[in-house]
Amino acid sequence: MGTKIVSKTFLNPNKTVFEMVVEAPLVAKKAKGGNFVILRIDETGERIPLTVADYDKEKGTITMVIMAVGKSTTQISKLEPGDEILDFIGPLGNKAHIKKFEHPVVFVGGGVGIAPCYPQAKEMKEEGNHVIAILSARTKNLLFWEDKFREFCDEVFITTDDGSLGMKGFGVDKLKQLMLEKPLSQVIAIGPMIMMKFVALLTNGKKDLPLIPTIVSLNTLMVDGTGMCGGCRFQTMHGETKFACVDGPDVDGHDVDFDNLLKRNTRFVRVEKIRLEKYNEECRAINKFCEEKEIEG
Amino acid sequence: MPKVEIIKERTPMPHQDAKIRAHNFEEVALGFTEEMALAEAKRCMQCKNRACVKGCPVEVAIPEFIALILEKDYRGALKKIKETNVLPAICGRVCPQETQCEQYCTLGKIKDSKPVGIGRLERFVADWDLVNPEEISPEDAYCEDVDDDRLKVAIIGGGPAGLTCAGELANLGYSVTIFEAFHKTGGVLVYGIPEFRLPKDIVKKEIDKLKECGVKIEVNSVIGQILDIEDLRKMGFKAFFIGVGAGLPVFLKIPGTELNGVLSANEYLTRVNLMKAYDPEYDTMVDQGKNVAVFGGGNVAMDSARTALRLGAEKVMIIYRRSEKEIPARREEYEHAVEEGVEFHFLRNPTKIIGDDEGFVKAIEVLKMELGEPDASGRRRPIAQPRTEYIIDVDLCIMAIGAKANPLLTKKTKNLKLNKWDYIEVNEKGQSVSIPDVFAGGDIVTGSATVISAMGAGKKAAASIHEYLLNIY
Ligand SMILES: Cc1cc2nc3c(=O)[nH]c(=O)nc-3n(C[C@H](O)[C@H](O)[C@H](O)COP(=O)(O)OP(=O)(O)OC[C@H]3O[C@@H](n4cnc5c(N)ncnc54)[C@H](O)[C@@H]3O)c2cc1C
Ligand SMILES: Cc1cc2nc3c(=O)[nH]c(=O)nc-3n(C[C@H](O)[C@H](O)[C@H](O)COP(=O)(O)OP(=O)(O)OC[C@H]3O[C@@H](n4cnc5c(N)ncnc54)[C@H](O)[C@@H]3O)c2cc1C
Ligand code: SF4
Ligand code: SF4
Ligand code: FES
Repeated sequence: MGTKIVSKTFLNPNKTVFEMVVEAPLVAKKAKGGNFVILRIDETGERIPLTVADYDKEKGTITMVIMAVGKSTTQISKLEPGDEILDFIGPLGNKAHIKKFEHPVVFVGGGVGIAPCYPQAKEMKEEGNHVIAILSARTKNLLFWEDKFREFCDEVFITTDDGSLGMKGFGVDKLKQLMLEKPLSQVIAIGPMIMMKFVALLTNGKKDLPLIPTIVSLNTLMVDGTGMCGGCRFQTMHGETKFACVDGPDVDGHDVDFDNLLKRNTRFVRVEKIRLEKYNEECRAINKFCEEKEIEG
Repeated sequence: MPKVEIIKERTPMPHQDAKIRAHNFEEVALGFTEEMALAEAKRCMQCKNRACVKGCPVEVAIPEFIALILEKDYRGALKKIKETNVLPAICGRVCPQETQCEQYCTLGKIKDSKPVGIGRLERFVADWDLVNPEEISPEDAYCEDVDDDRLKVAIIGGGPAGLTCAGELANLGYSVTIFEAFHKTGGVLVYGIPEFRLPKDIVKKEIDKLKECGVKIEVNSVIGQILDIEDLRKMGFKAFFIGVGAGLPVFLKIPGTELNGVLSANEYLTRVNLMKAYDPEYDTMVDQGKNVAVFGGGNVAMDSARTALRLGAEKVMIIYRRSEKEIPARREEYEHAVEEGVEFHFLRNPTKIIGDDEGFVKAIEVLKMELGEPDASGRRRPIAQPRTEYIIDVDLCIMAIGAKANPLLTKKTKNLKLNKWDYIEVNEKGQSVSIPDVFAGGDIVTGSATVISAMGAGKKAAASIHEYLLNIY
């Protein structure tokens, strides 16, 4: 008895980023922005952490937006509505700290990181905040959910690295413009580690810009997600060791040693490449086999 | 009185050859044949004072079950053991017998004589049952009347403490549900203790038996996150047993613990045991080390070191700050590790882990120690010898220096009284001192201990829960 997939929608023409909705009523009942889930596709699968991108308490569903980067995420991209995921664990981690701020709250979402901003931004709006969203991606095709953010955000800005949509440049550049224009109460940055690092460097008050409290969402390697293994640990600027799964995943961006984290996330890079190649090879072999059968039959 | 014959030598346990087993995950100790079991059972002197029983935390009826083995009534022997120990196949394998039952055995007190192999006999009987299972007619199944009026009890955590408590309560006619955080039940039995010491099939069979008795198991349920105790109360549960273990890893406070290739034994063993990273069919990865250093001297350190050998390491070192005499591991596991080629570096303390430019471990620095006066634990305190540091090349470091209470659930449970180390405070009945319908046992009460003591706590709590519910309903 697994967790049923309700829908799967590719968000880009290359079919590497997709939105997946699953039926998980108990998880949906408790889930909030900031939480994540861990899923295991099948008996031989690994446990992969994914952030909650939306939840529907009435329908009992959880939405995730996933980027196919390696074996497991490629494998899950091939599942269809009606298929089941063997294990689905959540909600894990802490929920986002939502409250009414004096000045605007800015979300900076980069790539798939746009999705986890969504529930938090909505909760911030419901709390009565002025919510600004900066959605950024490498190129137009990788940008998604703009309309969903426009539904409730007070301001939405788009940036692409190549200028194919919105402002040409990075989300950080747009954030800097805003910081020069008006006072901001809170920044929440979710995206590639390097993007979060630069956002944190921009808002830490050490340049000629104001200090703005900044939350980042850490996607370290994980196993259990309950504080048991310590695989997700990161260093704070004070030399403390913390666990992303239970102390986060949302943490104070000014207190994270990003350089160390960037290195930690390369832990399995070599092994992962070999594994993905092997999997793709197997898929190709199966496809070829099926094609040949069809030709014969 | 017939004169008892004293047989000083123990019947040897057959083992997989050390050179071969160091490279596979199959069980190391192969178990007694029937002849061996009968020979060993004959050594028991059936002492009137039952000295051995006092050493067992759950007071297994040792002379009685051994007598039944001699009569070849293995079913009877099993039933006798199961009166107090519901998981004999597991305890027979992993109990530290030399400090429990066997330490008290009269035969072991005689000069040059070894105690009866109680654990081995227990294992023999349990394994015999696994190959010769009893046909249970539906009327005999102990929870035949599954009506929904039964009182509901929630067990949080599916380790030995929780499993035992669940089994006992199901026997007493309660509707029992185990909530387990992982996708598999068994606790340390499935994620910590390796396959070569405790085959996971055996754990699975024991858990299947619980299910047959009507115990419901909800895996993937991290209590404190998906549901908390208040939610469970609203769902109609009348009493709670918390057996969440002591699963918080401890890292040495030395420079370099953030490097790639430094991991907790919890993570290393979970990746290999629960997630089966040693099997290429499985997707979970594990760090491959050529030269591996394991810090610690307990069962967890032995298991990590022997796992590293099996994953293909060329050199595996255990770095322990006291001497051979003080290692807390079971004697047998230590001996097995030595036979398999694990190197022991006693009286050494790591002071630094050194990394390369890409953030991977390349060496450790260790300091020599000497033993001084006994400390609070009664063991001689290791004292650092200044300026004796030297470097050892390693590419993987595993921390097996103990565990602490995981606060995930306890901190989220309002009013639950904890002691200063965050373990749950209970009275002599295993009942929380602050919330009457909450009971607890196992590592989350005592700190890291043993399988059998966790089971003992689960059993005691079950009796207390029964008494508590009888008083109320
Ligand atoms: C709390 C948390 C939330 C996450 N939320 C999302 C999400 O909402 N959507 C999403 O697409 N991904 C998310 N991730 C990342 C996702 O878990 C990984 O991409 C996935 O586990 C990779 O598995 P794989 O087998 O496909 O790739 P692998 O073969 O394991 O890895 C392929 C590549 O991805 C990198 N990678 C692996 N694991 C991670 C990781 N944890 N974080 C970043 N990079 C990684 C590797 O270094 C490698 O370069 C999250 C991770 C965490 C810890
Ligand atoms: C590597 C290793 C080797 C060992 N070797 C031996 C040995 O040879 N002999 C021996 O006697 N002892 C040994 N021990 C010790 C022994 O395993 C433990 O003392 C015993 O397992 C404790 O049992 P427990 O039920 O209290 O907890 P655990 O076995 O730790 O089980 C706790 C369970 O609760 C679950 N859980 C945790 N939090 C939650 C939550 N919030 N919600 C739901 N579920 C939760 C966990 O996933 C786990 O399944 C060893 C321990 C380790 C780590
Ligand atoms: S349960 Fe453990 S301590 Fe008790 S008799 Fe069996 S092996 Fe000995
Ligand atoms: S003390 Fe030893 S010899 Fe005596 S009854 Fe127990 S097991 Fe047998
Ligand atoms: S994922 Fe294991 S402790 Fe965080």
